[in-house]
Amino acid sequence: MRSIAKLSLTAAIFLTSCSSPSSPGESVSTFVVASTTSTQDSGLLDELVPSFEQDHPDLRAKVVAVGSGEAIDLGRQGDADVLLVHSPKQEEQFMTEGFGEFRKRVMKNNFVIIGPSTDRARVAGASDAAAAVQKIAAAQDTFLSRGDESGTHQRELDLWEKAGVDHSGDWYVESGQGMAETLSISDQRSAYTLTDTATFKVMEGRISLKVLFEGDPALVNPYSVIPVKEARNREAALAFASWMTGSRGQQVIRKFGVKQYGSSLFEPDAASE
Amino acid sequence: MNLTLAVEVDPYIVSVMLLSLKVAAASLGIAAVIGIPLGVALGLTRFSGRLVFLILVNSAIGLPPVVAGLVTFLLLRKEGPLGDLQLLYTPAAMVIAQIPLVVPFIAGITMAGVAGVPTELRLQARALGASRLREAVTVLRESKGTTLAAIVAGFGASVSEVGAILITGGNLLVGGENYTRTMTTAIVLETRLGNYGRAMTFGGILLVVIIVVNVFLTRAQVGRPVR
Repeated sequence: MRSIAKLSLTAAIFLTSCSSPSSPGESVSTFVVASTTSTQDSGLLDELVPSFEQDHPDLRAKVVAVGSGEAIDLGRQGDADVLLVHSPKQEEQFMTEGFGEFRKRVMKNNFVIIGPSTDRARVAGASDAAAAVQKIAAAQDTFLSRGDESGTHQRELDLWEKAGVDHSGDWYVESGQGMAETLSISDQRSAYTLTDTATFKVMEGRISLKVLFEGDPALVNPYSVIPVKEARNREAALAFASWMTGSRGQQVIRKFGVKQYGSSLFEPDAASE
Repeated sequence: MNLTLAVEVDPYIVSVMLLSLKVAAASLGIAAVIGIPLGVALGLTRFSGRLVFLILVNSAIGLPPVVAGLVTFLLLRKEGPLGDLQLLYTPAAMVIAQIPLVVPFIAGITMAGVAGVPTELRLQARALGASRLREAVTVLRESKGTTLAAIVAGFGASVSEVGAILITGGNLLVGGENYTRTMTTAIVLETRLGNYGRAMTFGGILLVVIIVVNVFLTRAQVGRPVR
């Protein structure tokens, strides 16, 4: 009996000490960052968040990596304090509806169309992005869509619309998942897909698909940070947003990936506004 | 907030539900064909490696489903030994992933049921000239309530599986139609997308299926004929 009491007491002490902040007298407030799967799957958030928390030791960021569409929905419901997303149309609507404090450009990279090196649909020679997807539809070659209302998904749908192409058919497959999973599935099925360059560079060694089309201005991929107006932790949201667009955040972004992949995976872009 | 429940019959919801049931039924069917004879053999015969086999079967019952999914994925991916079969991200892959989970379960319970049959009955059958096979069939018939219960319980577990079938199935729509989305993987997706009404619809259907399954399970256990 006594040993059980001792054990329970020890367990109780251990558990309560785990949940309280490490140093007494310092209160830590948490906030929720809703971001995209590309910022997560590329590893950027694993760099950004610790650096941010180093500069703001009183704040802890909880990052929820979903697609831009879901992130924006979380913002609407007040379940996220700040958004880091890449879906311009949906962002604009969010701002028009009055949910966002402000919207600032943070960084950018590009979308590219990747596919099997055999490139049966001859995407590589296309005149622009819309023409490229049109060729895939014409060849009825397997195309993997994110199918999850993410920024990437939105851009893909924009391309089909621009090309005036109906993408219905058994060649059009929707994963409903994040960028990394979608790349994996595309690889296994030797399919074409639209991806951001950051996630692709990180996954490149593990898959056999190649970049077949890039460079069209329609494929520029801008990321913005939006603090939510009715955020539970407005202060933290604003602090995060100004850090991301400030010199420190921009520096972390510029450095990210250079050592491992030879160039930045995301180009800092706050100065452009 | 997206809370409108789907009241009309949405063909997508129906197809997702049907796929869940089909995958579970297929897994159970194959597992029964392998597991029941295996269980009977383990329960009736005495052979030198029997204890080892028993330990294996009992441990296999504890195999985490997601691990079975991972191993199946590694086998079926194009770089894997069975890659040429191109089974990854198909309903077949989902069934294959579940077999190592359900077979030990069916075998283990069949074995216990068979061992529970009174020895006098077996001796009687033998005395009347029954072959080993006949004896096995007789014993199986005596313990069929237990075996049936195992199959029904296995179906319930199978229809609730998420991780393994998400990994091996890929949660795909092909040509706008459901291909590898089951009720469980659809719940994961719809919750992520914020379509809570749809997610709850799938959750509700899944609960109903489990309840129905348990009605049959209880009847089988209590000994009433399972219609």
